[in-house]
Amino acid sequence: MAKIIVVTSGKGGVGKTTTSAAFSMGLAMRGYKTVVIDFDIGLRNLDIVMDCERRVVYDFVNVIQGDANLRQALIKDKRCENLFILAASQTKEKEALTLEGVGAVLNELSQDFDFIICDSPAGIEQGAFTAMYYADEAIIVTNPEVSSVRDSDRMLGILQSKSQRAQEGLDSVKENLLITRYDPDRVAKGEMMSIEDVEDILGVKNIGVIPESESVLKASNQGHPVIMDKNSDAGMAYDDMIARFLGETRPLRFIERKGLLKRIFS
Amino acid sequence: MKKLFNFFKNEQEKNPANVAKERLKVIVAHERRQRNQPDYLQDLQRDLMLVIQKYVEIEADNVQVQLDSEGNYSVLELNVTLPN
Repeated sequence: MAKIIVVTSGKGGVGKTTTSAAFSMGLAMRGYKTVVIDFDIGLRNLDIVMDCERRVVYDFVNVIQGDANLRQALIKDKRCENLFILAASQTKEKEALTLEGVGAVLNELSQDFDFIICDSPAGIEQGAFTAMYYADEAIIVTNPEVSSVRDSDRMLGILQSKSQRAQEGLDSVKENLLITRYDPDRVAKGEMMSIEDVEDILGVKNIGVIPESESVLKASNQGHPVIMDKNSDAGMAYDDMIARFLGETRPLRFIERKGLLKRIFS
Repeated sequence: MKKLFNFFKNEQEKNPANVAKERLKVIVAHERRQRNQPDYLQDLQRDLMLVIQKYVEIEADNVQVQLDSEGNYSVLELNVTLPN
């Protein structure tokens, strides 16, 4: 039985797809059989971030509607044999994501995989709803910024009341806060909320903090999940986050203000 | 000199990060309360406000409607802050 993890946020542009790509690649590189699914119907983007945009033949909706089977639709990553991608449909209506249809696909994937990562679209409509509905755990991607934190709280409320686990009275969906685009210099200057501020408002502990980093754009430009850039701060921060997700204890890195020397030489 | 003094005085309490945190705490607490309440409550609040506005000038946040459930009874609480 696979563990189902939704990567969600409410707000757009905070790093859900970047996180889904890094997280799934990181799990797969550690030997776990992992599939990552793009739920953003009409605005497919996980494929381009993972460098398989020209290899999409069948998509998630094709599988739900029975036009293709999973074996035809799953795209095997060329860099890591444990990683598979299920692309979103670029043309279908988002109503095509029915709870029953999504449930059936997840159920089938669950037989073969260790982890199923659901890359949620922004907003709280059908795509976001079906992406979170079956989750065992959630990664709430949040920027230390007012609209993102507010939307994250809204998403937490939805997870706590509308998910399958909530509806059926099971153990609640495990919540993990991932703070992204964190800028320690601005936090030190009092311009940006700190990790503790965000945790305090949302009432959720962080599983990782990804620093604002040039390496993220560089990675998506090339279609390499940033975790593959092992010398980058963001890549290392994602690696730490995955280690914590798997139960290791690791201290946070890259959250201190850069020292004077580092600032001069960076 | 005065500028410098103000800089130190205000840095702790009024920096943008603290302003953001305080604003978020208020709105998040408000929205969490709303989440657990029936949908009609917001409409009720608006209608009540319109009625009261016929007689006195008040702002939207001067009318608060809250539903609390305690055991087998519920309390509908209406809180109107009238201007001086």
